[in-house]
Amino acid sequence: MTYRNRIQTSVELIGAYILAGFWILPLLYAFWAAFHSSSDAMHFDIFSPLTLDNFREAWSQAPFARFSLNTFLLVSFILPGQLLISTLAAYAFVRFKFTGANVAFALVLVQLMITPEILIVQNYVTLSKLSLVDTISGMGLPYIASAFCIFLLRQAFKSIPKELEDAAELEGCGTMSILWKVYVPLATPTYIAFSLVSVSHHWNNFLWPLIISNSVETRPLTVGLGIFAAPESGVEWSILSAATLMSVAPLLIAFLIFQKQFVQSFMQAGIK
Amino acid sequence: MKDSTRNIQGWLLFTPAAILLLAFTHYPTITTFFQSLYTNKSILRPRRFSGVEAYESMFSDPIFWKVFVNNMWLALGTIPTSIGIAILMALIVNKAIPGRGFLRMAYFTPTMLPMIAVANIWLFFYAPDIGLIDKVLEIFGFEGNNWLGDPSTVLPSIIVMTVWKEAGLFMVFYLAGLQTISPELEEASKLEGSSRWNYFWRIQFPLLLPTTLFVLINAFLNSFKLVDHLFVLTKGGPDNASNLILYYIYETAFSFLDISYASALTIFLLALLALTALAQFFFLDRRTHYR
Repeated sequence: MTYRNRIQTSVELIGAYILAGFWILPLLYAFWAAFHSSSDAMHFDIFSPLTLDNFREAWSQAPFARFSLNTFLLVSFILPGQLLISTLAAYAFVRFKFTGANVAFALVLVQLMITPEILIVQNYVTLSKLSLVDTISGMGLPYIASAFCIFLLRQAFKSIPKELEDAAELEGCGTMSILWKVYVPLATPTYIAFSLVSVSHHWNNFLWPLIISNSVETRPLTVGLGIFAAPESGVEWSILSAATLMSVAPLLIAFLIFQKQFVQSFMQAGIK
Repeated sequence: MKDSTRNIQGWLLFTPAAILLLAFTHYPTITTFFQSLYTNKSILRPRRFSGVEAYESMFSDPIFWKVFVNNMWLALGTIPTSIGIAILMALIVNKAIPGRGFLRMAYFTPTMLPMIAVANIWLFFYAPDIGLIDKVLEIFGFEGNNWLGDPSTVLPSIIVMTVWKEAGLFMVFYLAGLQTISPELEEASKLEGSSRWNYFWRIQFPLLLPTTLFVLINAFLNSFKLVDHLFVLTKGGPDNASNLILYYIYETAFSFLDISYASALTIFLLALLALTALAQFFFLDRRTHYR
């Protein structure tokens, strides 16, 4: 490596870390502020004493344990529902090529652009007719049939060699056991990729849950946090940092541990 | 397999998805359209057919134009910048440099946070006088500003925050794109003695065009779908300076209870998104022809 190259490389490296600094510092600051009193946090007194008061205070001001449970329930209602319904639909498209399948698939794809976020008004009307307002199932229902999931699984199923299916048929496997024993196992990477993207999306979703929930029993973390943080509630900054940290901790910790899988899943879901 | 069995089994398997999609995508789209053609029902008056009245009042509503223009500025302000930063990030992380794992994590982490949490964090940076930005400005002897309270700075402030939040996600798509470029191309260009800059503009950037198109359209759609931060930061204010279409729909329907007008606004937004999605379909189709 020449002298000039070496300088260039180190300049690039410094640039890369400065950029990373800009991206990570806001988070580190919120993390630091959550462990310090509000007045210390505002004066940027770096070596001021650590405290857990903010967490205690946030915990007592709003039922974050309940919000976490609600988010957990919401995600564990949506994801298995999406996987089940989309698996059946994708299987129908790939293996059965039924009459009208092309039109049906086009109608599925409509949901890729008209996402449930936009139809908030009418979906609220529908759910109130079904008396599902302020329930976790009502919050999850519009998302259960996911065009994105059907699309991804259809792509994955299409790449499965026909010979495997024929072999399974010869072995005496029925329709459902071919799905279960041949298709599903071979599409595992797609299932993992979609699951991670779906969980992060619904863990973080806000607008629709805000509209459909109106009690502590159903509000997920994002909505609880949003109400907690609303300008009119006038919470202290450090307490707000602590509350924010508590809300994002589960997903963030999962992300930090399984970083590679998360990044790859987003990559995979984006390419297809 | 017999045709009839194939049809019956296929439709049976598709039915659960079909019912849910019809109930929560197609049916509400149609009812939204019809709602927009009728006046609101009240205790005093039953609803009546009003034709395109709601659309007429939409096009003469200054707030509608304001939120629409805001949305366009938001798209224009966030998309090119975040694409530029995302490409830079992807180029950095794609090379074997020390601390690559850490850098990738740093760039991507904001993507994993809910917009509400991001808004909470940035709220403090933008706070007048006590906020981080004003404090830093003070050190250098500059005047502070009420960033979110000033109509001329509120949208740029939100744009900066959105770029911070979204660049990491786009980086991932570019990373995927870069990995499909054969390493031989880089070696060849090195042998030819061409500069890195040249290699990027002549080889990498053109080969990444499909990725750029994909990111462009998705970022555009996102800028209309994501309004969560407004609930914490500004509530669309001051004087609608940061208001966006979807937030205006939310306000119209759930605060002003004007379902008819909210439906007309929704139809407008749907038409806009449909046009964009069709453009995507058209371009992506062309892309497959090239291959």
